Amino acid sequence: MTLTKLLAGTAISLAIASGSTAAFAGDLTVVSWGGAYTKSQVEAYHKPYIAKTGTNIKSEDYNGGIAEIKAQVEAGNVTWDIVDVELSDAIRACDEGLLETIDASTLPAGADGKAATEDFLPGTLYDCAVANIVWSTIFAYDSSKMPNGPKTMADFFDTKAFPGKRGLRKGAKVNLEFALIADGVAAKDVYSVLETPEGVDRAFAKLDTIKGDVVWWEAGAQPPQMLADGEVALTTAYNGRIFNAVAGEGKPFEIVWDGQVWDLDLWVIPKGAKNKDTALDFLAFSTSTEQLAAQASYISYGPARASSSPLVGKFHNKDIDMGPQMPTNPANLTNAVQNNFEFWADNADQLNERFNAWLAK
Amino acid sequence: MTLSQRIQSPGFLALAIATIAFFFLTSSMAGTIGFLLIFGIPLFAMNELPGYATTKDKIEKYIFLTVCTLIFIFLITPILIIIPLSFNAEPYFSFTEGMMNLEGSAYSTRWYADIFRFGMTAPDGTENWWSDMWNNATWIRATRNSFFIAVFATILATGFGTLAALGLSRPEMPYRAQITSLLISPMIVPLVITATGMFFFFAQKDIFPFFPESLVNTYTGLILAHATLGVPFVIITVTATLSGFDRSLIRASQSMGATGWTTFRRVIMPLITPGMISGALFAFITSFDEVVAVIFLADVDQRTIPRQMFSGLREQISPTILAVATILVLISIALLTTLEMLRRRSERLRGLSPG
Amino acid sequence: MSDTAINTMGNKAQNAAVNNGPLIAADGTPLKQKLAKTTRAMKTRAFLLTMPLVLFIIISFVIPIGQMLHRGFYNPAVSNVMPSFSVAIKDWDETTGELPSEEIFEIFVKDLALAKKNREVGKTVGNMATRINYELPGSRSLFTKSARKAGKITEGPYKEALFALDKKWDNHNLWRTLKRASNDYTISFFLAALDMKYDEAGNITRADELYRIYVPILMKTLLLSALITLLCFLIAYPVAYLLSTLPLATSNLLMILVLLPFWTSLLVRTSAWIAMLQQQGIINNIFVFLGLIGDESRIQMIYNQTGTVISMVHILLPFMILPLYSVMKTIPPSYMRAAKSMGATNTYAFRRVYFPQTIPGIAAGTLLVFILAIGYYITPALVGGSDGLFISNLIADHIKKTLNWSLGSALAAILLVVVMVFYWMYNRLVGVDKLKFG
Repeated sequence: MTLTKLLAGTAISLAIASGSTAAFAGDLTVVSWGGAYTKSQVEAYHKPYIAKTGTNIKSEDYNGGIAEIKAQVEAGNVTWDIVDVELSDAIRACDEGLLETIDASTLPAGADGKAATEDFLPGTLYDCAVANIVWSTIFAYDSSKMPNGPKTMADFFDTKAFPGKRGLRKGAKVNLEFALIADGVAAKDVYSVLETPEGVDRAFAKLDTIKGDVVWWEAGAQPPQMLADGEVALTTAYNGRIFNAVAGEGKPFEIVWDGQVWDLDLWVIPKGAKNKDTALDFLAFSTSTEQLAAQASYISYGPARASSSPLVGKFHNKDIDMGPQMPTNPANLTNAVQNNFEFWADNADQLNERFNAWLAK
Repeated sequence: MTLSQRIQSPGFLALAIATIAFFFLTSSMAGTIGFLLIFGIPLFAMNELPGYATTKDKIEKYIFLTVCTLIFIFLITPILIIIPLSFNAEPYFSFTEGMMNLEGSAYSTRWYADIFRFGMTAPDGTENWWSDMWNNATWIRATRNSFFIAVFATILATGFGTLAALGLSRPEMPYRAQITSLLISPMIVPLVITATGMFFFFAQKDIFPFFPESLVNTYTGLILAHATLGVPFVIITVTATLSGFDRSLIRASQSMGATGWTTFRRVIMPLITPGMISGALFAFITSFDEVVAVIFLADVDQRTIPRQMFSGLREQISPTILAVATILVLISIALLTTLEMLRRRSERLRGLSPG
Repeated sequence: MSDTAINTMGNKAQNAAVNNGPLIAADGTPLKQKLAKTTRAMKTRAFLLTMPLVLFIIISFVIPIGQMLHRGFYNPAVSNVMPSFSVAIKDWDETTGELPSEEIFEIFVKDLALAKKNREVGKTVGNMATRINYELPGSRSLFTKSARKAGKITEGPYKEALFALDKKWDNHNLWRTLKRASNDYTISFFLAALDMKYDEAGNITRADELYRIYVPILMKTLLLSALITLLCFLIAYPVAYLLSTLPLATSNLLMILVLLPFWTSLLVRTSAWIAMLQQQGIINNIFVFLGLIGDESRIQMIYNQTGTVISMVHILLPFMILPLYSVMKTIPPSYMRAAKSMGATNTYAFRRVYFPQTIPGIAAGTLLVFILAIGYYITPALVGGSDGLFISNLIADHIKKTLNWSLGSALAAILLVVVMVFYWMYNRLVGVDKLKFG
C-alpha cells in the first residue's frame, strides 16, 4: 500500500516536471549583477528592446567573475547570451578565447553623427567587449548617525575619530588601493607603489590597522543593507547602490568620493552563444547614445559614450540632477584612481593568496 | 510517590523558592517561565531511585538530568525558534518588541506571501496570476526543481541500492567489505571533492557513447549526482533490514515449491519493503537537502530550494528564508513520522517487538 | 533452487559413501566439484546483484574523482599553445646559466605569433600566460603584450628582437619556468598546495611566510574538526546514556528530538543559527536582558570561528548520539549494579565498568563526526566569516572563482588523502557495515 503511494507521488512529480520551463530558443539570456543595477538595465535596455523587436529577454543575476562563462564555453553548452563583466575579467576571458570578438565599427554612430569608435570614451572598446558604463567603488556612511562625517579616505581608516565597524569587499582588489591612498600615496602613484613588494607590505600594514573592525561583504547588495541595519558605521560600496538607497528609499547615506576607484562594466558575448546575432543586436541597441543616457536616469553610473553625457538629466522619478552623482563628474575625480586591469590580471592570484592568508590569521 | 507527595518533596520546594527569587531579580514573566522549565523538567523526570540511594546520588541524578534538559533545548530550540520568527512583520531575523508583547500587528504572513510573489512579473496583477506564479515565482520554481530532481534521484538510488544490498547481504558475497566501503564512500568523501570531480567530468562531451552532450547545467547531471550521494543511505538502511532477515524463510518457501521469482515477490519483498522505503526516504531527503553539487552543477534554471536559501543567506537575508525554513521543518516532521511508523511496522513483521 | 540441490546431494552422498568410492552427486559428478560449482554460482549471483550499482558508482563517482586527481598533476597549457617550442626547449640545459639558444628563441617567437591567431579555447596565449603567471606572478601581461607584436618579428636575431619588445624576457628564471611548464605533468600545483614553490635556482623551497595559506588552513580545519568532535562527544554522551536507560516508550519520544534536527535541512539549521547568534539575535538578546552584557557590547558569535563551531556541533551531533546510543543499549544495567554492590563508588564503577564497554560506540561516533567535519563546506561558507573557513572553501574558491583548476584539484587530492586515512581507520576499527541511522 505504501508502495502505491510512493508511485502516486512519483507520478505527481513527473507531472510537475513535465511542466518545467525551459528557456525557449530565441529567448535572449542577459546576465548582470542583480539588484538596482539590473533594474536600471531592465528599464533602459530590456523593456525598449522588447518593445522594438518583440524578442523575449530572460534576465539572470550573477556575482561577477568568469568561472561560469569558462565552464559553459568549455562544456560547449552556452546558455548565457550576453554578460555584463568587469574590465579585468573581460580582458582575461578574451585572452583565453572564451568570448566572441566584436567589431566596434558595426556599432551605431552617436546621436551627433560621430562614428562609434570616436564617440566611445578612450579605453572603452576592446576586441571582445564594449563598455556600457563607468562605475566606482567609493565609501559611504549614515549621516543621521554621523553628522560630522568622514571626508577623506584617511578618515575611513581612522577608527579613533570615526569609531564603528567598517564594511569592505572580501578580496584584495580595491582594498589595497584604498589602503595606500589612506596612507598618503597620491592617486596617480598607487599602482607604481603597488608594483613593489614594499608597496604591498605598506598596503597590508594599513589594512592591519582596521582589521579588527571590518565586516566583509561579497555581493553588491550587501553594503547598503549593512549600513541600513546599523551593522556597520561606514562601508565601501558601489556608488550606484548607495545612490539608489538614497534616491529610491530615502536613506540618509552620504558618499565620500575622495580616493574612489573607478572601473568599467562591459558587455561580452560568450563564445558559442546560442543567440549570438540577437545578442550583438541587443548590444548595439543598448550601447546607443539614447539607451546609455536613459540608464543614467535610473542609476548613477556614467555612460561610456561622450554623446550620451549631454542627454543625462534627472533621476527618473525625483528631482535629482544625475550629473553630479556620476563617478566621472569632475568634482568627484579630484583624487580618483582608474582600476588598472593589467596590474590585476598579473597580480590578482598572488595578492588574493596573500589577502586570504592575511585574513585567516 | 503520588503527585502531591512529589510536589511536597524538598526538591520542588527549592525550585519554587528559586523561581520566585528569579522573578523578583529580573521581574520578567518570560524569563521566569524559562527558568522554571529548565530546572523543573529534570525534577519531574527524576524517576524512583532505589531506597538505598543517598542524597548525593539524588543530587548527581538531578544535575545529570538538568544537563540533559539543556542539551535537548540546544538541539531543538534553533529549529523551533524559526517558526515564530517567520511571522515577523518586520524584515529582520530577530524578535521585535511587539512580538515579545504578543501584539497582533507585530505578526504577519507577508513572508509566506513573498514565497509566491517573489520573482513574479506582476505579483499584483490579476490576469494569469496563477500561471505567472507557477512559471516565474523564484521559490515556486525552486520547489519544482527540488521535487523533480529528488524524485528521480531517489528512484535511481533506491533501485540500484536495493539490488546491491540484496547481493551484499548474502553470506556467500565475495569481496563484501571492499565493495561495501566503495558504495558507502560517496557519504564519506567531502562533497566539494565529489562536486568538483563531477563538474569536470560532466563538462566533457562525448566521453561515453551514452553521454553525447555535456551534463553540466542539466537536470540529468544533477539527478545522477544526487543519486550517487543517496546510494550509501539506501545501502545502509536496506542492509540493516536484511541483517535481521531469517534466511530459512527462503528455504522454507523453496521447499514448498515456490520459484525464485515467487519467493522474491511473496517472501523477500514484503520483508524488505519497509527498509527500502526508509532507504528511499533517506535518499530523497539527501537530494532534497543537497546544495554543494547544485552549486557546482546547476544553472539558475535548475536552482533548488536549498540553493536558493544559500544565495539568500549570502546576499540578502530576508525572513522569506525563515518562512521557507518553517515549511521545510514541517516536511521533515512528516518524513520523520513516516519513518517511525515504518520502523515499528518492520519490527512487528520481524517479530522483534510486540507493537 | 541451489538449496534444493544441496538437499538432494545429501541423499546421494550417503549412497556414495556406502559404495566407498568418491562422493558422487545426483548427476554423477564428484560431490566436491559439484559443491564448488554451486558455491561459485551463488557467489556470482550475489556479485551480479551488486554489479549495476558498482558500475554506476564507478562511472558517476570514481572516474570523475580520478580525473580530477589527474588534473592536479596534468596541465598541458604550454604544450597546447606552443607545440613546437615545448618540444624544442627540452634540449636546453638550464643548469649552465645561459639563456636558450637562438634557434629556440626563433621557434618561440614563431609559435607565439601563431598562437596569437588561435582563438580555440584552451589554446590561446592567454591560457599559457595564466599558467606561467601561477608560478611567476606578474608575468601574465608580458606574454599577452608580446604576443600582439610577435607577428612583426620576421627575421633574426630573434633573441634581440624579443628583448627589444620587452626587457623582461632577459630573465633566466622565466625560461626555466617555461621549460618546467612545457612538461604536461607537473608537481608545481601540489607544491603550491603545500605552500611550497621553486625558487630562482630551481630548487624547491617553502613559500614566503606571508603567502602561506593552504597548510595553515588545512591544520585549522583539522583542529576545528577535532574540537567539534570533542564537543559533540561531551554533549552526546550523557544524552545517549539517558536515552539508553529510559523505558522504550519515553526514549522513543525523546529520540524524536534527536532525529528531528537530523532530518531538518542543513540550510534551515544554518539559518536558524544565524537567527540565534547574530548581534541582534536571540542569544545576545537573552544576555542583554539578563544583564550579563550591555546593549552596546553585544558579542560577535557568528561570521567567525565560534559561529562555525557552534552550528557544526549542532548539525553533526546526531551522528555522535546514534552510534553511542546503539552501543549503550546493549550494556546490561546489572553490570553497574554489580560493581556498586561490591563497593565501587559511582565514579569508579562508571570509569572501570561502564565506560570501557562504550568505547566501540565512541570510536564509531568520533571517527564519523570527524570525517564529516573535515569536508564541510556550506556552514563555514555561510557563517565562517573570514576566520572560520575550512579547506573545502578554498577548493571551491579555486574551482568557481579564481579558476586555478589544477591547484583546486591538488588541494582536493590532499584533502581526499586525509579523509581516506580516517575512513580506512574507521573500516579497521569499527567496520563500515556497522553504520546505522536510527
